[in-house]
Amino acid sequence: MTDTRTQILQRLRSANTATASVPGSEPASPSAATLTSAPTWPVRRFDWGPEELTDRFRRGIEAVRAEVHAVGDDWPRQLAALLQARGARNLRYGPDGPLAPALIQGWPTAEGVPRLVPHDQPIEACRRALFDDTDAGFTACRAGIAETGSLVLWPTPAEPRLLSLVPPIHCVLLEADRIVSTLHELMQREGWAQRMPTNALLISGPSKSADIEQTLAYGVHGPAELIVLLRTTSAAGTGSAPPATADTARTAAC
Amino acid sequence: MASAFRTRAGLALSRERVRGNIRRAMDGLVAKRRAAFPDDAELAQLRDQGQAIRDHALANLPALLEQLEQRCRVNGMQVHWAADAAQANAIILDLLRGHGAKAVIKGKSMVSEEIGVNAYLERHGIEPIETDLGELILQLGNEHPSHIITPAVHKDRAEIAALFNRHFPDEPCSDDIDQLTALARRVMRARFQGATVGMSGVNFAVAETGTLCLVENEGNGRLSTTAPDMHIAVTGIEKVVARLDALAPLLTLLTRSATGQPVTTYVNMISGPRKPDERDGPREVHLVLLDNGRSRIHADPELRATLRCIRCGACMNHCPVYTRIGGHGYGTVYPGPIGAILEPQLQGLQVQGELAQASSLCGACAEVCPVRIPIPQLLNRLRHEHAEGPTASQSPSQSASPASSQSVPIQAVPGGHRPGLQGRVWRAWALLHASPARYRWMRRTIGGMGGLLDGPFGGLLGGLFGPWTRSRTPPRLARRGLQDLARQEGFADD
Ligand code: SF4
Repeated sequence: MTDTRTQILQRLRSANTATASVPGSEPASPSAATLTSAPTWPVRRFDWGPEELTDRFRRGIEAVRAEVHAVGDDWPRQLAALLQARGARNLRYGPDGPLAPALIQGWPTAEGVPRLVPHDQPIEACRRALFDDTDAGFTACRAGIAETGSLVLWPTPAEPRLLSLVPPIHCVLLEADRIVSTLHELMQREGWAQRMPTNALLISGPSKSADIEQTLAYGVHGPAELIVLLRTTSAAGTGSAPPATADTARTAAC
Repeated sequence: MASAFRTRAGLALSRERVRGNIRRAMDGLVAKRRAAFPDDAELAQLRDQGQAIRDHALANLPALLEQLEQRCRVNGMQVHWAADAAQANAIILDLLRGHGAKAVIKGKSMVSEEIGVNAYLERHGIEPIETDLGELILQLGNEHPSHIITPAVHKDRAEIAALFNRHFPDEPCSDDIDQLTALARRVMRARFQGATVGMSGVNFAVAETGTLCLVENEGNGRLSTTAPDMHIAVTGIEKVVARLDALAPLLTLLTRSATGQPVTTYVNMISGPRKPDERDGPREVHLVLLDNGRSRIHADPELRATLRCIRCGACMNHCPVYTRIGGHGYGTVYPGPIGAILEPQLQGLQVQGELAQASSLCGACAEVCPVRIPIPQLLNRLRHEHAEGPTASQSPSQSASPASSQSVPIQAVPGGHRPGLQGRVWRAWALLHASPARYRWMRRTIGGMGGLLDGPFGGLLGGLFGPWTRSRTPPRLARRGLQDLARQEGFADD
């Protein structure tokens, strides 16, 4: 195998590449050289104010059939009502997630309200329950992208990857002040290149396919519904102040 | 003269239903792409960036691959190198057997088609399960993709319903698309739940961070790479890019060019296996880096542009040949304009050289290609080499030798001059056009005959030009040429 590797690299090196990658003259750290020589361009971003950011995000993600609800501090009640109306029996959430305390506290107790189910086991211990007995999953999210109407998730031990993927309904709470204009802006602002997590995701709408006659059908393998709770806190919306930078306590936890 | 390609193309043209299915889909995709790029200046700028990013990656390919390998290892992934399809398949089989897997769930991947891993695994007693809706349809129908983005585009809902009813008799369904999709979901759920190994391709591999970026709409890609204990990603060595922020322009170019979407439903960036404190995700992630002829293409400064491709499919959506004969007409894994330049290089001109003829050179492909691959120019180059033999006489097996040669031939067997007629015709053409006297003589002779094809020799030559004039009006030479007219106006002959 090492042989194959050497041969492939040698064949590539023997080509008259544009930069100096002549055998024997490689820099001690090829990475540094290739990274600094990589093309750069200004950060692609737009000067949209808070309202426009929210508006574009909303239109973008609604266009791909996500449901967006503006919520306030009683968002758990609103979520419970939305799920109850759909006949969901339960909602799985990460008990160590950043929004879990608020969710539990605000969750109504009336008859017929979906049950809150903590998702705190390794997948090996809860695979069946997650696949077969879960109607909805709840997660926080890291940011929103206005240009494309995307949610940005970095799944964590508290809110693992499959929680946003396996249940037929995925519910997300997004703080309006976490919406940025583009992915490029977000990567730059948060210094992603230095701190990529195991899994980073952009989610734009529920799962879909156009494999049959280019006709969109929803809920193929991932969630059939995506419910976005868009919370505008009173602190936000102070003119054209840019969204908070990366490491607020909330996003560090999420 | 009826070659394999011509036979296949002829057959494809006679399938009215398939042609209709493909045509409708392509018209839709063309319109969606156009709507997705409303701003010409922005598109031009993005294409500049896309080209620059991919060019830089190819110019620094060995160093970037080493860096990618190193970063992936630091992140906890395992990296494997495969010189060809056989090696890649052996690596995959080894991993599956080591894991005791009886089956593997697969996300859509063209590279997996390229190496024929499904057939290989089946022969070795492991069941490959395609989970993408389009790929599932093909697997059930025992077919290959006819498009790199929308693989079952040649089939309509009635055919798919018949196929599903045959394979899942317990779950009868109509040809309603929502019903068909729901059935695919039900069937696949159990497989996702029970799978121990998942396989996927890679859209972009980031050297800087050791990140594998995958785009998809269905969620099967995320499931295949998250639910099982082991994830095997297979990718061509050209898919690497230097920096993470290159993803921003590349993703927007890819999804808008491919389907007109601002972004796919899921963009999945994987930078390692499950960490000790994490509760799901695969415990092992393997990356298989496949050469399979790419390093040979890389060695040629002109043909290297082929490797810029980000597999968006826009060139085929816009191609007058593809939209008529569809992917199966090409008989190769990669169809359309990209296939017509890539396949002869991967498989050799002796095997697939004729594909370079599968083009009207209208240039639509180059006009839409998000990374500006000059496809018509490369087609011409390949046509030339196919007819005349390579410019340098070096066989691929020796291509690891010094960097002195400007051009490495891509013929599997050197010395493949196109025999007979075509060569002679062009030599005669060259002879007649090389000297003013000979040219004048030719003009007078042909002009005097009233044009070649409708003159007295028309019947004779008609056979020669046969296929070409069957659907076209034959050309007619003016009785008096430009030279004559110019001389009459008093211009000197030189
Ligand atoms: S050649 Fe260009 S247009 Fe065709 S698939 Fe590749 S990137 Fe897309």
